[in-house]
Amino acid sequence: MTTVNKTRGGDVIELQEAGYGYDGRALLSGMSLSLAPGSFHFLTGPSGAGKTTFLKLLYAELTATSGRVHIFGQDPLQLSRDEVSDMRRRIGVVHQDCQFLDHLSMRENVALPLTVARRDVSAEAANLDELLGWVGLAQQARSLPPELSGGERQRAALARAVITSPEIVLADEPTGNVDWEMSQKLLNLLVQLNKMGKTIVIATHDLNLIRAAKAQVATRVLRIVGGSIQAAGADL
Amino acid sequence: MTALLSPESGADRVVPPSGFTASLTVFSAGAMAFLAVFAMALSLATSRLADRWGAELARSSTVRISAPEEQMAAQTAAVVAILQTTPGVRAARALTDAEQTALLEPWFGPDLPLDTLPVPQLIEVIEDADGFDPQGLRLRLQAEAPGAVLDDHTRWRRPLVEAANRLRTLGIMSLLLIAATTGAMITLAANAALSANAQVVSVLRLVGARDRYIANAFVRRFTLRALVGALGGTALGMISIALLPKASTAGGFLTGLGFQGVHWFWPLIVPPLAALVALIATRAAALRVLKGLT
Ligand SMILES: Nc1ncnc2c1ncn2[C@@H]1O[C@H](COP(=O)(O)OP(=O)(O)O)[C@@H](O)[C@H]1O
Ligand SMILES: [Mg+2]
Repeated sequence: MTTVNKTRGGDVIELQEAGYGYDGRALLSGMSLSLAPGSFHFLTGPSGAGKTTFLKLLYAELTATSGRVHIFGQDPLQLSRDEVSDMRRRIGVVHQDCQFLDHLSMRENVALPLTVARRDVSAEAANLDELLGWVGLAQQARSLPPELSGGERQRAALARAVITSPEIVLADEPTGNVDWEMSQKLLNLLVQLNKMGKTIVIATHDLNLIRAAKAQVATRVLRIVGGSIQAAGADL
Repeated sequence: MTALLSPESGADRVVPPSGFTASLTVFSAGAMAFLAVFAMALSLATSRLADRWGAELARSSTVRISAPEEQMAAQTAAVVAILQTTPGVRAARALTDAEQTALLEPWFGPDLPLDTLPVPQLIEVIEDADGFDPQGLRLRLQAEAPGAVLDDHTRWRRPLVEAANRLRTLGIMSLLLIAATTGAMITLAANAALSANAQVVSVLRLVGARDRYIANAFVRRFTLRALVGALGGTALGMISIALLPKASTAGGFLTGLGFQGVHWFWPLIVPPLAALVALIATRAAALRVLKGLT
């Protein structure tokens, strides 16, 4: 059983010279960085730079091929499979391709992190319905994922990512398929979560979104350039 | 185990229903259970047969000595001596006059004057498990007691008892093979279900499901399907055997194939056993597939 275990420095995520390569070809390398609890980050870079790969390192879908990644102070490589599962319950992820179970209704999909954690979904029904209403999917609660539009799927993905009230929320292009108004709404939700103390990392190449966030909250913008991660310039 | 049987609606729904592997599993488990019931009936019947014939065999052969009055005692002593040194003979004993009279009484009445009639002397021979070599014994008897005749009429059954014992062994082997085949088929079906649901399994891992949780969703299904199929197959097998012609004393081997008495309870272990095999096979398959995922 994982205990609440902060990093030595108190950071929820810490990278030391971390790198990753698919099939032995280095894609990311020499990344050192730490994310303090309650911080708000954007991750930018051109398509194919490795944003999705980077986020996957943060919830241990991938493990670093060089250097170290510590999540809640623990190296996923040192954890048992069950401990990795338990760690993931503390991290909400909006996947770029959403990743729903097509045979379950949207409501069941959003509740999935509760279900697999053996939590009583009926006890959290009020929460669930409120969240669905908040992302504007109350009408679609009983629909199956293939019946939803791209934007609706992304809103549902965000709802699923936050249903367990995780300590970290990672969002991979969460506004890629939604109009400006909805992306503002999604951003607002993430800002609210951040104000509740959650650590947020959003991968996006939507500069307007970043500007809008900067008006509301202190953010740090990271950019992946040439396989390495660096702080973005003041223009952002 | 209790967790497996309690219907956990949420946990069971996370894996989509799969009609194809489901019906194949139910059918295979049913067919295998049906075969298992027959293999079991065969084993039990041949086992009964081997016991009965074996007991008759063990009872005895006889040596009959017909000799002139004055040589009778000497030849009897010689035959007993031969028998006592014959490998495969556990005991040899000359019947007393009283026993011989009792044997002959049904035919000649109680007042048979045994001592005045040239009645042959009978010697009862009891074999040990290995049995003796009748050819060799005949030769020795001929040489030393010309009036002695070995009557081993029950010996012809020995190969049959052996065959019955072999059949019982084959029946037990069939049961083991059926169990192994059931395990193999369920492993294949479970693997098919797992790869058909690879995407589902990886999503479940990513939202924090433990391996045990995901494996159990599959295990519950396959265990239930195997149980349902095996219940059907066992019931059909038992009915078919109950409908076989009744065993009659004249019928011999074939009509004796059914279950008798408490043996009717034996096939009832087939469904739980099938469920157990399914549980083990599915769990092993699921955990193996899950190990390959992050
Ligand atoms: N599973 C994979 N196997 C091999 N190469 C991959 C795989 N996933 C991504 N890549 C490659 O890694 C690079 C970075 O991909 P990705 O992290 O998705 O970038 P981004 O999210 O910034 O667009 C791309 O060139 C992509 O083709
Ligand atoms: Mg990407």
